[in-house]
Amino acid sequence: MRPFTLATATDAREAVRLVAGDPDAAFLAGGTNLVDHLKLGVATPGALVDVTRATSAEITDLEGGGLRVGAAVRNSDLAADRRVRERHPMLVRSLLGGASGQLRNMATVGGNPLQRTRCVYFQDVTTPCNKREPRSGCGARGGYTRYHAVLGASEHCLATHPSDLAVALAALDATVHVLGADGERSLPFTELHRLPGDEPERDTTLAHGELVTAIDLPALPPATRSTYRKVRDRASYAFALVSVAAAVELEDGEGWVREARIALGGVAHVPWRAHRAEAVLRGAEPTEETFLAAAEAELVDARPLDGLDGGNAFKVPLVTRTLVATLRELTQERES
Amino acid sequence: MDTAITLGVDGEVYRLTVDTRTTLLDALREQLDVTSPKKGCDHGQCGACTVLVGGRRVLACLVLAGTADGAEVTTAAGLADGDSPHPVQRAFLDNDAFQCGYCTPGQVCSAAGVLDELAAGWPSNVTADLTTEPAASRAEIAERMAGNLCRCGAYVNIVAAVEQAVEQATEQATEQAAEQTAGQARR
Ligand SMILES: Cc1cc2nc3c(=O)[nH]c(=O)nc-3n(C[C@H](O)[C@H](O)[C@H](O)COP(=O)(O)OP(=O)(O)OC[C@H]3O[C@@H](n4cnc5c(N)ncnc54)[C@H](O)[C@@H]3O)c2cc1C
Ligand code: SF4
Ligand code: FES
Ligand code: FES
Repeated sequence: MRPFTLATATDAREAVRLVAGDPDAAFLAGGTNLVDHLKLGVATPGALVDVTRATSAEITDLEGGGLRVGAAVRNSDLAADRRVRERHPMLVRSLLGGASGQLRNMATVGGNPLQRTRCVYFQDVTTPCNKREPRSGCGARGGYTRYHAVLGASEHCLATHPSDLAVALAALDATVHVLGADGERSLPFTELHRLPGDEPERDTTLAHGELVTAIDLPALPPATRSTYRKVRDRASYAFALVSVAAAVELEDGEGWVREARIALGGVAHVPWRAHRAEAVLRGAEPTEETFLAAAEAELVDARPLDGLDGGNAFKVPLVTRTLVATLRELTQERES
Repeated sequence: MDTAITLGVDGEVYRLTVDTRTTLLDALREQLDVTSPKKGCDHGQCGACTVLVGGRRVLACLVLAGTADGAEVTTAAGLADGDSPHPVQRAFLDNDAFQCGYCTPGQVCSAAGVLDELAAGWPSNVTADLTTEPAASRAEIAERMAGNLCRCGAYVNIVAAVEQAVEQATEQATEQAAEQTAGQARR
């Protein structure tokens, strides 16, 4: 492992100053992804700046029922928060369906969406990878593609984004607050991640040294029902093959669909906001046919991959079934 | 590059100098000879290195020791109260919840964390209604312990042990609450 200096920033400005001014420096939060990458040789920073004390670890109320979640809030604390449990089941289930109890106690809300892909070739420094080493090639192409993308991939990279929380935040229309060398800015969560294109080394739209300081969760209309459904190779403690975060509001709680917010995980380089599926659902009756049409609309551009392991064509029907099942669960009458 | 830190480990205070690349797990095992946390995978995947930091269960193999300056670490070896084992340790013995024992210190620390998380009313991925305080069913326990792998496959007895420990902890809490109310009534 390359030697590095380690500093603890006590406020956000100091953290940004330390990292923005040094191209070799990186923020360290819970460490559950970055420390692993130091060991694997995937990340080779010369300086680490611990930011767990530089941003807020509090969840505060915003006017109108929204919540502001500090970047240093641990995943387990966000999932345990009474307000979040009552207002955002989708978010809580995405957190609790991820990693393990120990990891959730460590992982932060700022670090989780910024974790890097679990593509095995990215993690194995003996294989080529355009994301790890620009223009070295893509080991995944024609290789093991079970966990790779069916939407939005490029010839340079087929990786998927591994975070569960990010899928829920994308569906929820969360807002990200960022501090950089030039000051503060905020952006819609759906603009945080980017498709690989010809620059797969860039996961996000953040500049080097930009620090996520907080994420805002908007209030949803009270009649909205939401959940997160994750399909994986074992019942617990595994990354998603595919996942669906969905929030649906029906007219008078039982009629046509007033509003639908959907995002898909395990299918793309970004948490995939399913605008096309939402458009099919909005204003329609919540029937099985509508749900299928919504899934089909979202997947028209799906491009499954071949691979040594049989490829990932299974993801197209799997997304369809998972989305339909999730929408059914959210729109059927509540058992009383 | 070196950094000086202070660690509280199982009731002892240590001052030590670590290379910034050292994990908490390696600092404990290699520098302090605290060997109850085990190294299974060294990548956060197995749970063998689980310890409690400030009372919360974490993976010592993914914590840089330099970021743990001032932390209070409890390992499985420090859970007991003098000669009387922690309820989780007692329950592991009663239920024969191990074979080779390599994963056991991590399992025990993780279970101690599970007890506290249940007492605090934290939901899990198998909790049907997130707004309720989940009861400690076998499904709840298995889900909460999913981050601790056991290559010997002692899972059935591990779940039984944690179940026993939760029951005991709940009984103790009820008794203590009853004693308190009785004490208040006498006053
Ligand atoms: C065995 C295992 C299983 C897992 N399973 C799942 C799973 O099922 N689902 C899931 O979603 N995740 C899973 N994870 C991943 C885990 O949830 C993430 O590693 C964790 O959420 C990352 O957060 P962190 O605070 O530890 O980030 P770190 O590892 O500290 O940092 C991650 C990245 O974000 C950057 N960063 C951190 N904080 C900030 C900030 N405030 N501003 C800007 N940049 C920042 C760092 O520089 C680094 O590049 C798993 C991990 C392991 C080891
Ligand atoms: S899919 Fe992307 S991350 Fe994986 S090897 Fe190819 S370029 Fe690297
Ligand atoms: S050694 Fe830490 S999780 Fe395996
Ligand atoms: S008892 Fe042998 S690994 Fe669990």
